[in-house]
Amino acid sequence: MSEEKDMNPKVSEMLARSEANAKAAGKKFVRPEDEEREVVAPDGSIIKVNPIYDYFSGARPTEEKPRNGIVEKFLNWARAESIWVLGFGTGCGSIEIPPLVTPRFDMFRFGVQMRPTPRQSNAFIISGYLSVKTLKRVIRTYEQMPSPKYVLALGSCTINGGMYYDSYSTINRLDHYIPVDVYIAGCMPRPEALLAGFGKLKELIKAGKAEKANEYARNFDWYKANQKKIVKDWNMPDYNW
Amino acid sequence: MTIAKLGYTLLGLFIVWNWGFLMGATFRKIGARVSGRYGIPFYQPWINFFKSMGVRTTITHGVMYYLGPVFRLTGGIGLLFFMPLIYTGDPNGMWSNFSFQGDLVLILYFQVFGMLGMALGAGEGGHPYSAMGIARGLAQHAAVELPLTLAILSIAIQYDTFSLYKIVEAQQGGFQNWVIFTNPFAGAAIILSMLGAMGHSPFNLVKAPNEILIGPATEYEGTYLGFMQSAGSILHVMEAVLFMNLAFGGATNWAEFIVKTFLIYFWSVFVGMVFPRFKIEQSVTWFFKVPLVLGLLAIIVFSF
Repeated sequence: MSEEKDMNPKVSEMLARSEANAKAAGKKFVRPEDEEREVVAPDGSIIKVNPIYDYFSGARPTEEKPRNGIVEKFLNWARAESIWVLGFGTGCGSIEIPPLVTPRFDMFRFGVQMRPTPRQSNAFIISGYLSVKTLKRVIRTYEQMPSPKYVLALGSCTINGGMYYDSYSTINRLDHYIPVDVYIAGCMPRPEALLAGFGKLKELIKAGKAEKANEYARNFDWYKANQKKIVKDWNMPDYNW
Repeated sequence: MTIAKLGYTLLGLFIVWNWGFLMGATFRKIGARVSGRYGIPFYQPWINFFKSMGVRTTITHGVMYYLGPVFRLTGGIGLLFFMPLIYTGDPNGMWSNFSFQGDLVLILYFQVFGMLGMALGAGEGGHPYSAMGIARGLAQHAAVELPLTLAILSIAIQYDTFSLYKIVEAQQGGFQNWVIFTNPFAGAAIILSMLGAMGHSPFNLVKAPNEILIGPATEYEGTYLGFMQSAGSILHVMEAVLFMNLAFGGATNWAEFIVKTFLIYFWSVFVGMVFPRFKIEQSVTWFFKVPLVLGLLAIIVFSF
């Protein structure tokens, strides 16, 4: 039998080192692969890497002023008639989304369609309960979406925790963590309710009242403080582009 | 004269851009009706375009990331600039654009140009799905180019010219003069390799929904995406125009142009509705079988 290399000691050594480093720097725990370190390139040169800040911009979001008068009205009409929803199901409510693309409900006729990447989406459906682990991903994804962006909160769990109100692992009020444009109440709301929610969102966008991305930028510190209270292993920049 | 020609070319570009959007919406609508849905409104692509252009924040990953969509749009516009849209009987006529002797070679180059630009741009975006989409796209394009180039060489031998205008001219005077009837092997190779060039199912490996999401465009947003939507609409029409000029006798007026490009595009959509997606190795080997043999036959027939 060939000699087998046990990787475990190496991993635990890395973990110990990164924990010690974090303690020395007075920071929270960072995963070993995300740690600031020096790596040896194939040609022998030494490169400094800091994965968290190499991969993502940690710049604060800024308020984006709407354009003037009729231009903004036209753009708002276009935004309302072309809602691209991020295909990210965060809870049990995401089972209500697939029926929307079927012949019975067909959301395409309202200009609503799914997109697979946050870069191209302008609407985010938080579908039902949001666990703490998912919240972290939701924050990252929400911040990667280009402004103007809209959030639809689906189900009672996003309003007050719903049936998980006393759970250790879910959050109760979504709008403490990201700003919400439209709530769709129910447990679970049917796809028709979701379509009605899109209708409401369209009204808001056309009236120029769906500026929650700017609100997020304005109250950034408050949102971040709330988020950090919940997400313990905050091993990412404060703002993730 | 040149100014007027440029004006007509730009007008042609505007018509092609709009026709591409309308045609794209029509085929999405057909797709919806096939699956029993009502589908998008016919003006949805324009709304999507304006929405994309109105996005407030944009990100960047570097210079090539900017240039990717620009290159792609340049590829589409390059195809349009050097390809006759409408045959008018006058090589310097208003809708022959800047077609010249040997434009066919340049057009084959422009077909790849946008894809290479996107490869560099999406590569700098750094998303793994972009790299996968690009790798697949270039592999498949190499496989498509081979039968297509053989068919084009056969047509060039047949009419003794590399000018697209002259090829269209030689096919005038009735459908019996079209390449698809006078040179059936080349015509068949073109019809089959067209499926790959159009990039619909079963050859939609680059975007591959549900598999690598949307491939190279994963990191693109806002105005970049608006550019890519425009480029996509122009490229789709111009691919159809290329095949129309090569094998289906070109067009003598805009009505004929609309009908022929629609039917050529419809062929790829029709095949896409019927067949599910290939894997990359299936796709490449498929092009190396029937279309390649047809392309070789076309060359052999017209070389002797």
